[in-house]
Amino acid sequence: MKSLKTYAVFYLIFLYAPIFLLPLFAFNSSTVIAFPLESFTTEWFTELLTLSEMHGALLNSLKIAVTSAVLATILGIFAAMAATRYRFPGQKGIMGFIMLPLVLPEIIVAVSLLIVILRMGFSTGAWSVIVGHTLICTPFAIAILQSAFSALDPSLEEAAYDLGETPVSTFRLVTLPLVMPGIISALLISFTISMDEFIIAFFLTGAEPTLPVYLFSMMRFPKLLPAVMALGTILVVLSVLLIVIAEFFRRRGAKRTGSDAGGFL
Amino acid sequence: MEKLRRLIRSEAGTGVMLISPTALYAVLMLAVPLLAVLVISFWTQTGVRDFDTAFTLANYKEALTDPLYRQLMLRSLMVSGLVTLITVLLAFPIAYFVSFGVKPEHKSLWIFLITIPFWTSYLIRVFLWKVILGYNGVLNSGLQAVGLIEEPLSFILYNVNAVIITLAHAYAPFAILPIFVALEKIDRSLLEASRDLGENRAMTFLRVTLPLAAPGVVAAVLIVFIPTIGDYVTPRLVGGPGGLMIANMIQTQFLRLNNAPLGATLAVIAMLIVAVIAIVFVILGNRAAGQKGARR
Repeated sequence: MKSLKTYAVFYLIFLYAPIFLLPLFAFNSSTVIAFPLESFTTEWFTELLTLSEMHGALLNSLKIAVTSAVLATILGIFAAMAATRYRFPGQKGIMGFIMLPLVLPEIIVAVSLLIVILRMGFSTGAWSVIVGHTLICTPFAIAILQSAFSALDPSLEEAAYDLGETPVSTFRLVTLPLVMPGIISALLISFTISMDEFIIAFFLTGAEPTLPVYLFSMMRFPKLLPAVMALGTILVVLSVLLIVIAEFFRRRGAKRTGSDAGGFL
Repeated sequence: MEKLRRLIRSEAGTGVMLISPTALYAVLMLAVPLLAVLVISFWTQTGVRDFDTAFTLANYKEALTDPLYRQLMLRSLMVSGLVTLITVLLAFPIAYFVSFGVKPEHKSLWIFLITIPFWTSYLIRVFLWKVILGYNGVLNSGLQAVGLIEEPLSFILYNVNAVIITLAHAYAPFAILPIFVALEKIDRSLLEASRDLGENRAMTFLRVTLPLAAPGVVAAVLIVFIPTIGDYVTPRLVGGPGGLMIANMIQTQFLRLNNAPLGATLAVIAMLIVAVIAIVFVILGNRAAGQKGARR
């Protein structure tokens, strides 16, 4: 077990090593991303402030991520309730199909949506990215919400029915507060996925790029690479922060309902 | 009417009603588009947005006979096969360690630490490998600075090796989680029983732990193999001209050459190959788990 532990520690270092390079070069004054490091600077972060195109992309991404997260979580609540509470014919097949985007290469999702959108005579834009992101975020939301719903004791809801509450008011007064941590966790995870997603946005974003699509276009210019590292640092720090908060809520939910079903997946 | 009402009130009826918004969304935004890809692959592009909708197999003929497409397809299969092998082999000991070697109260922290990098931007992680592996990149400049190498290493430079390293790094957490879940489900008393019956540690691992972990390994293989074959970003950023994969060609057909039918055909063929391999693998995995598990 001891040698396994050493291996595991090295594995973790290998997993994180590239990410740790981000701040290293984001604060390095050299315009070339290479060793040895020169001196400390915040120049690249201030350069980001001057890239006005990037600000538009950021706003676009935020708009898309918030909308996709809300839609995916709502769709996730329906599916997670149906999957954990009820048995109906074809359940496994339907759930399997809804979860399919988890393994489907994103380029397939992107290409197939693009075909339909263009064929129907619409033009792509933020709305079509939202459609695609909602599709790929929903399975993650379901996975989180399913563990929240399955940890919920059904007798609490039955008690509410017996006391004269309707299905809707029971959901609002009993179910919703108990699964709220799961819902918040699902919202944050979906938001993070949408903010970081590139391929679907690349195909479906039209004239207004999202932040990752803009970042990708920056990567072609060697002059902008330090700024890419700076922006990358900000995005990674934000992602990690959101994920830690999401995990906090997921655990609080698990504690509240009295079970910890494990990680996100 | 009364019958309908009773159906809706029944358990199955409520379940179907609840699932319908999400299912409908998946049908409209996933099933219909996937069908559209299939349909359009039998068409011919005649203008920017115009198609000749007469049924033709010409795209399939071209996709299967043109050596370029065949080479890209074979390379994609080889790359994702190797990436899957590497990630699963490297991941198994980690999953085993977390499941058997970590105190229960620390397990979720370990799993959380392993999954964090997965939640950071994929594009940025791949880009980082580009700056790490490049000619004047972090690795070469670092090794030169400490005097370990004179000339930059060229075998990891904008080629298939770089693609494999980058993908293996990106998909590492994907492989660990399903194996970990399968190992966690193993009833620990089975291992004690095996030891009590005189099997040594290694034999217990081979004859009890490994067969019981097989479903997790199968899931890990699929969860890595299927998405990597369609990866676009990694070959594009670190692959160079010799490391491009099928997704890059699909993108080129759609967005640059404006030949959506051929792009759709390539996508359909790639998905068919993946589906066949996945199904064969699941069957083999089930059989292996079943036989080994049943043997005494």
